[in-house]
Amino acid sequence: MKTTETPAPLPAESGAPITKTDIGPPPPGKEKKEGTVLNVFSHGVLVIWAFMVVLPLLWAVMTSFKDDRSIFSSPWSLPDSLHFDNWSRAWTQANMSDYFLNTVLVVGGSLVGTLVLGSMAAYVLARFDFPGNRFIYFLFIGGMSFPIMLALVPLFYVVNNMGLLNTIHGLILVYIAYSLPFTVFFLTAFFRTLPTSIAEAAFVDGASHSRTFFQIMLPMAKPGLISVGIFNFLGQWNQYMLPTVLNTDPDKRVLTQGLVQLAVSQGYKGDWSGLFAGLVMAMLPVLAAYIIFQRQVVQGLTAGALK
Amino acid sequence: MQHGKYRFIVGFLALPLGLYALFVVWPFIQSIYYSFTDWTGLSPEFKMVGFDNYSRMLDDEIFWKSLQHSLLFALLLPVVTIGLALFFAFMINVGGRKRKNGPVVTGVRGSSFYKIVYFFPQVLSIAIVALMFAFAYNPDSGAINSLLRGIGLDDVQPLWLGDPDLALWAVMGVLVWSTVGFFVVLFSAGMASIPSDMYEAALLDGANRVTTFFRITLPLLWDTVQSGWVYMGILALGAESFAVVQIMTTGPGGPDYSTTVMVLYVYQKAFRDGQAAYATTIGVALLVVTLAFAAVVMRLGRRERLEY
Repeated sequence: MKTTETPAPLPAESGAPITKTDIGPPPPGKEKKEGTVLNVFSHGVLVIWAFMVVLPLLWAVMTSFKDDRSIFSSPWSLPDSLHFDNWSRAWTQANMSDYFLNTVLVVGGSLVGTLVLGSMAAYVLARFDFPGNRFIYFLFIGGMSFPIMLALVPLFYVVNNMGLLNTIHGLILVYIAYSLPFTVFFLTAFFRTLPTSIAEAAFVDGASHSRTFFQIMLPMAKPGLISVGIFNFLGQWNQYMLPTVLNTDPDKRVLTQGLVQLAVSQGYKGDWSGLFAGLVMAMLPVLAAYIIFQRQVVQGLTAGALK
Repeated sequence: MQHGKYRFIVGFLALPLGLYALFVVWPFIQSIYYSFTDWTGLSPEFKMVGFDNYSRMLDDEIFWKSLQHSLLFALLLPVVTIGLALFFAFMINVGGRKRKNGPVVTGVRGSSFYKIVYFFPQVLSIAIVALMFAFAYNPDSGAINSLLRGIGLDDVQPLWLGDPDLALWAVMGVLVWSTVGFFVVLFSAGMASIPSDMYEAALLDGANRVTTFFRITLPLLWDTVQSGWVYMGILALGAESFAVVQIMTTGPGGPDYSTTVMVLYVYQKAFRDGQAAYATTIGVALLVVTLAFAAVVMRLGRRERLEY
């Protein structure tokens, strides 16, 4: 499949001009023909890419139900029988259940933290004028374009000195800190679009600043919070680099890390089917959630780039 | 609105800003400082060594290899990914057959289906994708070579990740696979917001669809393309390339350092070789490359903003 994948850009890119020369300058009568040729061509290309996306995923699902021997002898054959034992083996013996639990704890904690702290900072930066406002805003924004790996070397020792290395709450704090740039960027823009009059009315009625924020502004910002929440959820759930550096204790591993480690150790044990079961196990919940909340996920992930 | 304003501002900013300063800003500043020391990372003692690390870096063959690969990632991946994505998005949104009494320009049938499917890889962790493809690339039992055998190409059985000339391309292919969908959806949203009378006017003037793409769609989409370009480049220099190279290639870093990238080299120097100071030096080089990349794209791509 790889051979079709790498050169795909070439035929695809050069394909467009070919259809053009075939048709030539379009006199009004030929317009219909151009539409048809283009339609067939575009359907063909789109179907091919759809296959290239889906085939590897289907292959992984299929493989997770096969026994080790047929994985190696005939990678594309259908499983002779559904080996559900692969799945139970991965869940219990290969510690997938622990990895799931760790991931849920870390992502749950850091998602809540990111949204609360991010919206607090964004609200202040969007709505209040004070010396240093711009500086703090750009300090946050700058974090989006800096290579995280540069900071990770000293960060390892900062976290270590604080006694937070290999702890769930340490990882949560670091996830929050690294999710703040985009969250603040996105929510600052969002808070600026909300009308000021309601907050002012609440303030005139005697509500304090923090009460105005929690009871009036935060509920109004719900669509923005959902978008940025989905963005952060996927980013944190799929995070690989941060836990690889900061979370080396085998018992505290998160899903991505655990799977990679499993791949290394299963290489010795030879339990490939169990590994594939683990792989699919990690993929399915996210894919299922995406299919259900498709519209919100797409909005959440593309909203930042369109702003 | 003035009452208690500053107390409120400080109260709300203290925690997020403190966390951010401690875990993000402070390590960044430290790492630039450490790049001028001989710190190993293993013991707390170190002394200043001036530009020693930097001159060592300039003589380090592996550094140059990793720089070369990282630059290739940053330049080639966005071109291929965004090129493919623009093409697919255009097909999805404008490639449809003209229907009777319908709008002049239509998307293909089932466009929302394509958008859903193409987006799949985006929601998966790059680590899981890399792991899956590491198996698919296996020369004997992997899905790709056995597919090639299946269609009669028995002689074409590359070693993929084991071949120093091929490994880097194999790794890049995975990154393209996993990111194209995001840009298809992003550009589709942009294309959908272009008013259809622009297309109608162009078609009335006799422009075909290819001309329409280059004269109407692309200029109006330019801002999105540009920010997508920077975003993709930063990913290709940073976290994504780290995950694919570290997980997929042997070493990690590939046979004969054929896939090593800067971000992986930083990691290995710091956490495998106990040369934290030298690692931060390479990290500073990575920072320079990243910022230069973003600056060049923003500058080259600067155009008059089109309002519509």
